[in-house]
Amino acid sequence: MDKVKLDIWVGIFVALGIIAMFYLATRVGNLTSNDVKKTYEVKAYFENIGGLKPRAAVKASGVVVGRIGSIVFDPEAFHAVVKINIDDRYAFPTDTFANIYTAGLLGEQYLSLEAGGDDVNLKAGDLIVHTQDAVVLEKLISQFLYSSAGDDNDNDNDNDKDKD
Amino acid sequence: MNNILNFLEKLGASARSSLSGLGSCTRLFFLTIIYSSDSFKRFNLIIKEIYFTGVLSLIIIIVSAFFVGMVLGLQGYYTLEKYGSSEAIGVLVALALVRELGPVVTALLFAGRAGTAITAEIGLMKTTEQLSAMEMMAVSPIARIVAPRFWAGMISMPILATIFSMVGILGGYFIAVLVIGVDDGAFWSQMQANVDFHNDIVDGAIKSLVFGFACTLIALYQGLVAPPTAEGVSRATTKTVVISSLSVLGLDFVLTSFMFV
Repeated sequence: MDKVKLDIWVGIFVALGIIAMFYLATRVGNLTSNDVKKTYEVKAYFENIGGLKPRAAVKASGVVVGRIGSIVFDPEAFHAVVKINIDDRYAFPTDTFANIYTAGLLGEQYLSLEAGGDDVNLKAGDLIVHTQDAVVLEKLISQFLYSSAGDDNDNDNDNDKDKD
Repeated sequence: MNNILNFLEKLGASARSSLSGLGSCTRLFFLTIIYSSDSFKRFNLIIKEIYFTGVLSLIIIIVSAFFVGMVLGLQGYYTLEKYGSSEAIGVLVALALVRELGPVVTALLFAGRAGTAITAEIGLMKTTEQLSAMEMMAVSPIARIVAPRFWAGMISMPILATIFSMVGILGGYFIAVLVIGVDDGAFWSQMQANVDFHNDIVDGAIKSLVFGFACTLIALYQGLVAPPTAEGVSRATTKTVVISSLSVLGLDFVLTSFMFV
């Protein structure tokens, strides 16, 4: 096999590799699609973050506007401190609501921002005051069970009181 | 009593020989690195080896990747459909291929297709005393024979694994979307939402680089230490496949437990 042919084949091989890498990065991975470039950071306190993870999506009206930066537990105030990186292009009023929702019944959790009516916008380092914790399924189920079994329990309690 | 002594002696011998094998394999690696500058000056040698280990492996890689992707698509669909989430088939196929099957299956095929060829070639060169002849002419066999094959393996393996992942995903797409009829948009969008470039694709590429290193070095070493007989070369070729496959699977577990916490 002469040298030129060899070079051409190896060239095709390497080019195929580069194309495959590019394909994986753009079509399969998320390198281009929802990359948030310039961001500003605000924080929010939550009693319970549920399954929220760093790099989870921050959505407003369902559109991705940012990413969760870091989540730490504050051992003095006993709540979670969530740092939120919001895209520079989007401004939110200071009385914005931050809710943790679940995508679908068993999907990943994300942070939803619902804009308030204030004239002043959030700046880097600000705190989102209005937050709503993640819904914990077990809590919901146990609440439901207790409320449905409530009548029987009330009767039992009444009987007990009568005995006393 | 004698039996116990015999057993202990065999145990000690096998431990010593495997340890010394590991040591001389490491020595071979450092020698290869030292002589690499010589072989990089003559890049043609590396290109020739890339042709043999990489380009000629393309057919088996592409065909097996397409079938692996199709099987993943079919099996994944049967299971996911029970939970009413057949759109997640794209995520399943892409993550399985990019993280695990791409690097691992490529490395296993690479060990069988290219590793055995390297071992047999070098073993036969040793048998016919070509390596000694080179040394007589003051040409280092490490620089002329070993280093180009080593670097060709290191370059070819990640490229082959990336091509494997891409073709496999296309195979999954073929079955899931074109044959079964999963929604096209959901297939790609769920995949893009859940496959991360740095955590999944780059980590898969790092895995394939490590596997390429292990497979090539084992093949070279087995070729160099093969007894210079027909039987010795055939045993060395078998050993290459067995040791390469086992170390790929073992390394895969170690790397996975470090990468995807």
